[in-house]
Amino acid sequence: MPLKANSPEGTLDDKWTKYRSTMNLVAPNNKRRIDIIVVGTGLAGAAAAATLGELGYNVKAFTFHDSPRRAHSIAAQGGINAAKNYQNDGDSVFRLFYDTIKGGDYRSRESNVHRLAEVSRNIIDQCVAQGVPFAREYGGLLANRSFGGVQVSRTFYAKGQTGQQLLLGAYQALSRQISLGNVEMYNRHEMLDLVIEDGKARGIIARNLLTGKLERFGAHCVVLGTGGYGNVFYLSTNAMGSNVSAAWRATKRGALMANPCYTQIHPTCIPVSGEYQSKLTLMSESLRNDGRVWVPAHKEDVMAIREKRMSAKDIPEDRRDYYLERRYPAFGNLVPRDVASRAAKVACDEGFGVNKTGLAVFLDFASAIQRYGKTEAHSNGIHNPDPKKIEELGKKVIEAKYGNLFEMYEKITGENPYDVPMKIFPAVHYTMGGLWVDYNLETNIPGLFALGECNFSDHGANRLGASALMQGLADGYFVIPYTIGQFLSKEIRTPKINSDAPAFMEAEKDVDGRLKKLLSINGSQSVESFHRRLGLIMWEYCGMSRNAEGLQKGRKLIQELRAEFWKDVFVPGSDDEFNPELEKATRVADFLELGELMMVDALDRNESCGGHFREEYQSEEGEALRRDDEYAYVAAWEWVDGGDPVLHREDLEFENVELKTRSYK
Amino acid sequence: MKLTLKIWKQKNNSTAGKFETYSVEADEHMSFLEMLDVLNESLLEQKKEPVVFEHDCREGICGSCSMVINGQPHGPNKGTTACQLHMRYFKDGQTITIEPWRAKAFPIVKDLVVDRSAFDRIIQAGGYISVNTGQAQDGNAIPIEKGLASEAMDAATCIGCGACVAACPNASAMLFTSAKVSHLGLMPQGEVEHTKRVQSMVTQMDTEGFGNCSNVGVCEAECPKGISIENIARMNRQYIGSVFGSQTKVEKA
Ligand SMILES: Cc1cc2nc3c(=O)[nH]c(=O)nc-3n(C[C@H](O)[C@H](O)[C@H](O)COP(=O)(O)OP(=O)(O)OC[C@H]3O[C@@H](n4cnc5c(N)ncnc54)[C@H](O)[C@@H]3O)c2cc1C
Ligand code: SF4
Ligand code: FES
Repeated sequence: MPLKANSPEGTLDDKWTKYRSTMNLVAPNNKRRIDIIVVGTGLAGAAAAATLGELGYNVKAFTFHDSPRRAHSIAAQGGINAAKNYQNDGDSVFRLFYDTIKGGDYRSRESNVHRLAEVSRNIIDQCVAQGVPFAREYGGLLANRSFGGVQVSRTFYAKGQTGQQLLLGAYQALSRQISLGNVEMYNRHEMLDLVIEDGKARGIIARNLLTGKLERFGAHCVVLGTGGYGNVFYLSTNAMGSNVSAAWRATKRGALMANPCYTQIHPTCIPVSGEYQSKLTLMSESLRNDGRVWVPAHKEDVMAIREKRMSAKDIPEDRRDYYLERRYPAFGNLVPRDVASRAAKVACDEGFGVNKTGLAVFLDFASAIQRYGKTEAHSNGIHNPDPKKIEELGKKVIEAKYGNLFEMYEKITGENPYDVPMKIFPAVHYTMGGLWVDYNLETNIPGLFALGECNFSDHGANRLGASALMQGLADGYFVIPYTIGQFLSKEIRTPKINSDAPAFMEAEKDVDGRLKKLLSINGSQSVESFHRRLGLIMWEYCGMSRNAEGLQKGRKLIQELRAEFWKDVFVPGSDDEFNPELEKATRVADFLELGELMMVDALDRNESCGGHFREEYQSEEGEALRRDDEYAYVAAWEWVDGGDPVLHREDLEFENVELKTRSYK
Repeated sequence: MKLTLKIWKQKNNSTAGKFETYSVEADEHMSFLEMLDVLNESLLEQKKEPVVFEHDCREGICGSCSMVINGQPHGPNKGTTACQLHMRYFKDGQTITIEPWRAKAFPIVKDLVVDRSAFDRIIQAGGYISVNTGQAQDGNAIPIEKGLASEAMDAATCIGCGACVAACPNASAMLFTSAKVSHLGLMPQGEVEHTKRVQSMVTQMDTEGFGNCSNVGVCEAECPKGISIENIARMNRQYIGSVFGSQTKVEKA
């Protein structure tokens, strides 16, 4: 199948403007007759549902949560990028575009990324108008900070709760449309299948999670904003409920899954503390602005620390290895996420990990406390301050910058990071891969659209910090409301979709059969235990570094685990009641297929790029080796039940940037 | 550590519930919810129904987790949601009682899960600024004083968990409602429709069956996000002002 990106004609910077003003429109009287299903009400879905409602379409919106306000977007901490150039530091739409393409290791589509950079500016305006309480300067204007190792300050934030405030803004806009009757909201409804009629996406099968009843919903088109699939690794920074099922069910119905192996592993998370661990907690990237990463340089010190005979403070400077500063003198502790994560893995693989499991490195604020302490003393006119005073003043500065993060760290670990360095380790955080979409955000199934983290579109092989929130809101507020018209303008004569039609009845029967099957196995192992084992396989063979042999083995292990799951899983209760174990079972069943596809994709990609590091493809110094001549393509996979997935390629063309090797030395 | 748990079990809203007693072996490094995971894992091994509770982010921001632990919503630690509570605050051999939020407006769904959609309906009644996508002017067109923005932010950090309702002897939703009214009303963008907003949201709150506020103050003490009771005082002033001083009147539904 030839994959057409459908990027419009024109130069990079006027493509979107021209396209928007020549696009097909749907007249207001016709909009009222058109039904749209939006699945997912995180940033992407809520923004889309609200805006489509405002435009006059009949929208039905679905979430498995008890309220749209609980979507995983709520947890984003750091901030949202926009090319406003309010700081006058040389930022521009082109610079944000360029940083995103380069940060993604040249594996994303130019036209989509440029549009993202363009509309980033409108997002901030919109959110301010909705009452989002962004941080401000003394003059009352919006404050910015720098993020993710870029050279400009373009990140807008609301304390450490940016995702929460942006989601509440979208949730409130959505609530307004619900109260006006333009959006019908279905909370606690989980999409379990996609319905296709005459080759077009025309509806979904959803389970009412309170009653357990399966319900059929028809519409002229279906929009997915169902988030990322990081939880295929079991342990990740994602919320417990985040899952792939909506996107995966679409894949099983013929949608293509693009670049599934591109996973972002975030370098600064709180390490695993025991086998009972259910999720991992992110410590914002901003900490690397002041924290120095190190491990002891000698094994005997490592052992002494693990056995609690020594603490970090007992290790003198000359017996420490600040390995990021050593390996990457130009960027030091501020190298991008993928580079920092891999370096931590190398240190731990070599036996230098500093907790009992050997999977942690130090993030140390002592130097920053000293530095800030001295500056504060100086600016307060204190001459010859004693060391205690310096420390006290320095800690105050650190508290003002990172107080809430330090508090969170202490709550979880019971250790005070002002006195002892934090222990951190990389964790799965974000998935760049997702449903393949064209410039209109439409999948290869006509009438099926995908927004936010559940599509693959903008971040290539690695996402920059503070760009996921931007993409979710760009897709939802400013892209889909226009591009959906390209499809819907041809549907104005299509009558209401009949959800009693055969395609719907069959899909419902399929889902019902699947649920009944899960309940009838009555095996001996819990869903959770399968999920945990899947996570270990994924982490071992498709985690921070991969190789062909491991990926083949991983694929086989997953196939075996899947077979065992369908023979021996135990799901209590019934399907006609509120049954979270059954919900979990359908999600894990889908992860057990997605995991296999990720292995296949990682095996196909014989290069290292961004979050995908293949051990066979590295330079002598251990840096990633990209192979643009052969792999500058998007790998979009067609799933085949019981067979080998089929690869469809979208070749990436770069007309506006020159492909370079990323170097942080 | 060995613990005895007395947990509220209830099949659904139309059947009666009761406490069941369980014992569990926990580790002091576990979070409270991980301790419940361990319990559930062992129940599943014995092919028994697990204890159902609501949770998602497990880092104190989504507002899903909701349980009364030894008589206190979200448990003994100030400013901490149940999911952020760790077992090192409990003692070996301790008995812990776990119940759902109890309020007429929050019907029980199952075990520890309640239906908090009344909160959504309060927001739908007016907890927003009426602006369509694309209508906004430049983000820096209206400067907002730093202190004011930060006061609005403090009110806006409410996670919609409902602990304030669970703590209140009258099951009042004043802290939740006033936090949203304050957040939006303090911002110049939200000031315009402020009067209508206050009236509609308060009316909806009453319709949902939440109780009246009698200034007990436990809501503030139990709120995991430290939402200040000052928001209630501010809303009361505005509500009275709006009912007696303005042209805008909202009929009770
Ligand atoms: C801890 C953390 C911190 C982060 N910090 C930042 C940051 O500072 N800046 C940044 O830019 N990005 C950050 N990110 C990434 C960013 O938060 C996410 O990528 C983004 O919020 C995803 O938004 P979304 O709308 O695509 O999906 P989500 O917010 O995950 O929403 C998914 C929605 O789909 C619904 N859903 C899913 N499946 C179904 C189904 N089958 N049926 C019905 N409904 C369904 C869910 O209920 C939910 O409403 C962070 C991520 C994490 C984990
Ligand atoms: S005011 Fe506090 S207790 Fe009440 S819902 Fe908000 S966060 Fe929860
Ligand atoms: S689970 Fe999200 S706040 Fe507790």
